[in-house]
Amino acid sequence: MDFEYTAEENAFRNEVRDFLKQNLPPKPERGKGFVTSWLEKVREKGWVGFSWPTDYGGSDGGLIEQAILREEMALAKAPPLGTSFMGLAWVGPGIIQYGTDAQKKKFIPDILDSKVTWCTGYSEPNHGSDLASIQCKAVKEGDHYLVNGQKIWTSGAPWADWIILLVRTDFDVDVKHKGITCLLVPMNAPGVEVKPIENMAGDRHFAEVFFTDVKVPVENRLGEEGQGWMVTVSALANERSSIGEVTQMFDKLDTLKDLVRKTKKQGKPASEDPKVRRTLAMFEAKIAAMKYNGLRYLTKQIKGERLTSETSVNKLHRASLEIEMDDFAVELTGQAGLQLAGGDDAVDGGSWAKASLGWPNVVIGGGTPNIQRNIIAERILGQPKD
Amino acid sequence: MNFGFTEEQNMLREQVRRFMREACDIPRVRELMSTDSAFDGNLWKQISDLGWLGLVIPESYGGLGLKWVDLTVVLEETARGLSPLPLASQALASAAILRCGSADHKANWLPTMASGESICTIALYDEPNWISPDAITLTADAVDDGYEITGVKPFVPDALSAQYYLLAVRGPHGLALAAVTRDQLTVKAQPIMDRTKPTGSVSLDRAVIPADFLLPMTEEDLAYLTDVGAVAVTAEMVGAAEAALTMTSEYAKERIQFGKPIGQYQGVKHRLADIYVDVESFKSLLYYAAWTVDDEPTELPRAISLAKGYASDAFARIGIDGVGLHGAIGFTAEYDIQLYLKRSKWARPMYGDSDYHLDRVASLGGL
Ligand SMILES: Cc1cc2nc3c(=O)[nH]c(=O)nc-3n(C[C@H](O)[C@H](O)[C@H](O)COP(=O)(O)OP(=O)(O)OC[C@H]3O[C@@H](n4cnc5c(N)ncnc54)[C@H](O)[C@@H]3O)c2cc1C
Repeated sequence: MDFEYTAEENAFRNEVRDFLKQNLPPKPERGKGFVTSWLEKVREKGWVGFSWPTDYGGSDGGLIEQAILREEMALAKAPPLGTSFMGLAWVGPGIIQYGTDAQKKKFIPDILDSKVTWCTGYSEPNHGSDLASIQCKAVKEGDHYLVNGQKIWTSGAPWADWIILLVRTDFDVDVKHKGITCLLVPMNAPGVEVKPIENMAGDRHFAEVFFTDVKVPVENRLGEEGQGWMVTVSALANERSSIGEVTQMFDKLDTLKDLVRKTKKQGKPASEDPKVRRTLAMFEAKIAAMKYNGLRYLTKQIKGERLTSETSVNKLHRASLEIEMDDFAVELTGQAGLQLAGGDDAVDGGSWAKASLGWPNVVIGGGTPNIQRNIIAERILGQPKD
Repeated sequence: MNFGFTEEQNMLREQVRRFMREACDIPRVRELMSTDSAFDGNLWKQISDLGWLGLVIPESYGGLGLKWVDLTVVLEETARGLSPLPLASQALASAAILRCGSADHKANWLPTMASGESICTIALYDEPNWISPDAITLTADAVDDGYEITGVKPFVPDALSAQYYLLAVRGPHGLALAAVTRDQLTVKAQPIMDRTKPTGSVSLDRAVIPADFLLPMTEEDLAYLTDVGAVAVTAEMVGAAEAALTMTSEYAKERIQFGKPIGQYQGVKHRLADIYVDVESFKSLLYYAAWTVDDEPTELPRAISLAKGYASDAFARIGIDGVGLHGAIGFTAEYDIQLYLKRSKWARPMYGDSDYHLDRVASLGGL
């Protein structure tokens, strides 16, 4: 057990820090062209798609360097390294693993250069957690598929250029995930219609996406027909170090402590209230647990061991913290805590109130807690399936 | 960066597991539990020969000169099988001598502790639920030929098997550890519900110890000893909690109700998943805390308070739900899961409960 980094790893960390010192001005000083030039610079550094093979424009970065990069970026509160979160997180890795040469040439550079954004069309109105039973239909007709059906909760659909889409090509299978195929579809294809949905925080990030006789060339199929489940689920299983998230959560905890220090509860400093102190300490314990769980799993990966589903442990912590931390701030500050931005007595500009309405992004978006519990109970503890 | 165990540490873990399986399985533990001291000289000899008593004692004093991470491996595995042997007490006593003792104390006492010839325990606080220098009230008064102690130290771990005692006292110059031998005090069993953790009070009636048997102890020393005590206990909690999880998880696969294994019902399987999350988490926190003891001591207070603060309540709940998920059979004396429930209740207040540790986390974090 040691937490030392090698000379090369430390040099890499310093390189990232120096870069950030030079290229990341404080927020108020970031001018108009900042994001564009930031994206160009991190791209030049090879930090976008850092772990991807060099042949496809990545840097073949190792697990530890990747964790260092994430940690330093989060510490400096740097903006994302690309505009297509999903493109970088799973579409790109999926294409690298399963795509044809032509697909790689066509899609990968644009993801790395932030030229296109992707969205993810998996969920349907009647098939959420039970994703394997999706019904959106694709029929092969010569050199193309004809797609008919509906997706929903598609984040970023209102502005995305492309969608990674799961469709059913075979309705006559014994195991339901066998008949699923993955298609890459431009959002401007004739027959694709997007209807944004307003969420409880008032944002319109996700949408319904309708497909009516949409023609998708066969060359846009990712993987083989019927292989869609493996292509997407294994891309999702492309588990990454959670160190960036952990850093952000420690940061949020610090902000929460600042709030506690300036807040009174029943007329007395909230920081002296035993329940308040205990609650914050337990947040810290869970975030620290995420950190050290993450390092333990990272060590396993470095040693070449495969993770089963251990990362569901941190997902469950993340889900409960995501709900509880903002909710705690809102409760602590009474009615004022309920005011959103612009409210005359809004606490910290209404940021806690707003955040307290945002947890479903994390808690529902990536597979619900109950589903994570099923995964742990079944795959790690060997309990029978539901 | 490597947050895992070495090959040697993995072999040590295997060695302890084998010992527990072959020499100290639950039937044997139950036999020992029925005695006041729960001590077995033969097993003690075996673990001495394996070197486990000298793990954190430097080689120059007859030990193996290893680290607390290694000790953690042993404590985790012995606690998995609820070993009642006074291993943790011996380790903590040696840590106290290393921290507060003179070169002579170390040279005179540590070698026989490493070899197991002497059995030693340590008792810090006089109040069963108060971690503070103020909770040490026993006094040692200067007399011509040393120091005289009269009074009672309650709930001394492994009091009945020990031959030597390090008792926290208030001396003429402040806090100190008094080294007392068995023949100078009266030991009385104080049975607690966890019979694998034999506990007793020791009373002293004008006992006089030589002047150099009073080891000065600063408040920082006391805090350190409390912290490493918590590391030892939390290591035991990890092993015991994991055993309780395994036992309950295996039972859930076999027990059929309404035509299915109960593990198929989410009321059961989700609770098992949550237990897994908790055990994984306080395990990670504990490993880090154990590492800080030798490698980053300034981080120890926060690290162990995070671990014990999390573990104390989580393990107590695991003990209760472990029994509950077994149904009535879990309530029987014959079934082993109840032993883990009792162990969780023992561990909860030891070296600070969750209220103590989480409040300290808040203070250390600037609140
Ligand atoms: C902010 C946000 C963004 C999203 N973005 C996308 C996106 O970009 N692309 C996309 O394809 N999807 C997206 N989703 C959809 C998301 O993946 C689904 O919402 C999620 O999988 C749950 O499905 P559902 O909403 O249909 O709920 P359901 O599956 O109907 O679940 C309802 C409730 O039942 C519980 N439940 C369901 N099955 C079980 C079971 N077997 N055991 C126990 N409890 C169960 C769930 O835990 C949940 O509490 C997004 C969702 C949100 C909230």
